[in-house]
Amino acid sequence: MTQPHDNYHAARWNEPIIMEMGSEGQRGVLVDETDQAILEEIQNPLDSVPQNMLRSSKLKLPEISQAHILRHYTRLSQMTLGFDVTPDASSGTCTMKYSPKVNEAICRNASVLDVHPLQNPSSLQGILKILFDFEQIMCEISGMYKYSFQASSGAQGIYTNACLIRAYHESNGEGKQRNEIITTAFSHPADAATPSVAGFKVITLMPGENGYPDFQSLLSVLSERTAGLMVTNPEDTGLFNPHIPDMVKAVQDAGGLCAYDQANANGLFGVVRAGDTGFDLCQFNLHKTFSAPHSAQGQGTAAVGVSEKLAKFLPTPVVDFNDTEYVLNYDRPDSIGKIRSFLGNVQTVIKAYSWVMSLGADGLKSVSETAVLNNNYLATKLMQIKGLDLPWDNNVRRIEQVRYTWKQLCLDTGLTTSDLARKMSDYGLQTYMESHVPRLVDEPMTLEPTESLSLDDLDAYVAVLKDISAQAYSDPESLKGAPYKSASDQLPQNQFNDPETWAMTWKAYKTKRE
Amino acid sequence: MKKIKPTFGLIINPISGLGGRVGLKGTDTTEIVATAIELGAKPESTIRATTCLKEIFIGLNTSVDIICPPGIMGETSARAAGFSPFVLPIQVPDFTSAEDTRIAVEMMVSKKVSLILFAGGDGTARDIYSVIKDSIPVVGIPAGVKMHSAVYATTPKSAARLVNNYFVSTDINLKDVEVMDIDEDAFRKGHLSASLYGYMKVPFERRYIQGAKSGGIESDESAMSAVAHEISRRIEDNILYILGPGTTLRAIGNALGVDKTLLGVDLFKGGKLIAEDVTNLQIEGIVAKCNNPVKIIVTPIGGQGHIFGRGNQQISPSIIKRVGRESIVIVATTNKLASLNGRPFLVDTGDPEVDQLLSGYIRVVTGVNMESVYRVSD
Repeated sequence: MTQPHDNYHAARWNEPIIMEMGSEGQRGVLVDETDQAILEEIQNPLDSVPQNMLRSSKLKLPEISQAHILRHYTRLSQMTLGFDVTPDASSGTCTMKYSPKVNEAICRNASVLDVHPLQNPSSLQGILKILFDFEQIMCEISGMYKYSFQASSGAQGIYTNACLIRAYHESNGEGKQRNEIITTAFSHPADAATPSVAGFKVITLMPGENGYPDFQSLLSVLSERTAGLMVTNPEDTGLFNPHIPDMVKAVQDAGGLCAYDQANANGLFGVVRAGDTGFDLCQFNLHKTFSAPHSAQGQGTAAVGVSEKLAKFLPTPVVDFNDTEYVLNYDRPDSIGKIRSFLGNVQTVIKAYSWVMSLGADGLKSVSETAVLNNNYLATKLMQIKGLDLPWDNNVRRIEQVRYTWKQLCLDTGLTTSDLARKMSDYGLQTYMESHVPRLVDEPMTLEPTESLSLDDLDAYVAVLKDISAQAYSDPESLKGAPYKSASDQLPQNQFNDPETWAMTWKAYKTKRE
Repeated sequence: MKKIKPTFGLIINPISGLGGRVGLKGTDTTEIVATAIELGAKPESTIRATTCLKEIFIGLNTSVDIICPPGIMGETSARAAGFSPFVLPIQVPDFTSAEDTRIAVEMMVSKKVSLILFAGGDGTARDIYSVIKDSIPVVGIPAGVKMHSAVYATTPKSAARLVNNYFVSTDINLKDVEVMDIDEDAFRKGHLSASLYGYMKVPFERRYIQGAKSGGIESDESAMSAVAHEISRRIEDNILYILGPGTTLRAIGNALGVDKTLLGVDLFKGGKLIAEDVTNLQIEGIVAKCNNPVKIIVTPIGGQGHIFGRGNQQISPSIIKRVGRESIVIVATTNKLASLNGRPFLVDTGDPEVDQLLSGYIRVVTGVNMESVYRVSD
């Protein structure tokens, strides 16, 4: 299949929000009365809750039957895209790849589902062994000394790195003095945001003329105030940065630590290791690079790895092996403490472990080789499309992803990259990632095909973008109203820009609507 | 933002851009216009305006009205694009002048247009600004030789898109941008001397809107207030601050609780403005008598990059030398840095030694606890 889907139309259900559904008295499940013997034993359990923490009114939950709940969520699922529905090269920097279903099945096993983190560790030996073994695997992949899997998102992993850098300088009596973290404009915004949350001043390096950070500008900001460098590599651009070892050395010579945000590691398995390049700490996203699914702000895990001198600062507990059994070690006085409750999202680690074990070292390397090959095949094909270019240099190979520019098409047609992105969903494809902020590339589009797309998938994807470019030149007006066949109409963009229109809770939604 | 009436004013400066292709660097006087035509210059602004208006007609058709001067100053292009404009009862001479533009704009103001679309260069922008200041939003079709101002869309088609969005969208963001012009006579003699005339409002181009994936979006306004907040945290009572012109510095004034002039250089010390809109001699006088440390806070000109020597010539090279490089604080939103497209900051203080002193990498305050580092051109 290499032709765009002419006859596609998304399901469109106009579903209300769950809070607006149902009616008083409806129930999805009828819960049994509590057994009399239990009641006698526990009396009124609410008596043990402090008075000031008790609700004075009943929780306002939707009252709705099982059939209606099932229908509601099935309909919502029909209106979503995702890797199981569509070949998603669109979400550049997100590393959307196939998540093997066998790993889901493993995590639905009772030995994973029906355990509690407060169980005696002697009854959790299987899970602790997986955590311990996977830590050894991660050390081998990255050249680091020790790992924590507690952080439950990429940004939380990066935040953990910032906390580790802070703890290291505090332990040397330089906590107050070393208060500056350096990052780059094409690194993930979390590399600037999380050290700021951790109390650092953040200095962002702008790209030089080749698209990667200006090395001289790094040298100009290094001082006795430098706490560290926190960068994504490759950056959003997908460009190879030949200065990384020099950057690491310069920062370390100034007394800083270097943290490698490996969110874009999919082209690097078996090719280069953070530890060998001299980085002091790093973090991988198991929910992207290691195939565990992205779950819409849900279950994720950042694997945070450190060199030997930073091991004592990692979050608590860590899993140790004492020659007879696996234990949870809480006796760690230098630790930065908890980043997340208990052990983090153990299921994500199990999925990543299973994925790595199914591939082996050679398999991992071929993941990266295939991802890089797919990416450069896609880029080469896309360069034949009118109005689309690579910033900086059309001839330079990229690693696993590319930030493209539609500047020429937009100058020719008066359209914007957002018009083209929205049109993608008329073909049943994910609206593409334009860019993180700040926008340094005009009219950007960021694509990452990963190793999971076949040649047919890639050709079909190219055909869609070619079709959209042709329409942009022949009938630009038609794109301004797109999408027409998606699950929803065009969203009013300005609302994303206005905090007054945001609502994170039902209560806030109701208040702001009035 | 509420729209009043779907009517916009159209002004084409038919002689704008004539000088460029024939190497005359602008058309501020009628002699230059005559020379340009003799040299074979073509009316680029009319062609560009018609391209833009055709796109607007496709997008808005009869849902908007146009008010414009007769003939080549608007009517001809409007009709060519399909519109039936309301034509202002004025005479348009062969060689139009700044006065013709101003008269037309005044009449548009009395007709209560909700936006003015113009084709021209910096001279045209300045003439319109002299009448409306920031009271009516404008969209500039780039058609001049000198375009140092930030009021222009990137192309005639993108100008059309801004106008169409302005009349169709329910939520319009406006932004203050610089009106700049250079002294043409001096420019022809090889000396570039630009002044900041003021700020006009333009519809905000949604270029910096990001995809939904990355979550929160920062508007230009909130980014600027973050810069202002950071500076207000750093202000020390015993230091005399020389505050340059611009909207970023005005936002800093707001954060400090003072009424900073938009175009002038003001002096701030001990929680209040001690002098407003000062000249270079006034600054030198006050600094000479001052025993306190002195700092300069300035912002680069958007899209163009000058930190000294454009719009803030009151801060003389001798003051810059006295204050020293380490006491110069550069402030800019990240979007403003991005608008420079990688080009370095520029300095033109009039003293090559001071320009040299400023060259190299310099830190830029971009937000709360956020800085960047940027190169100042040699």
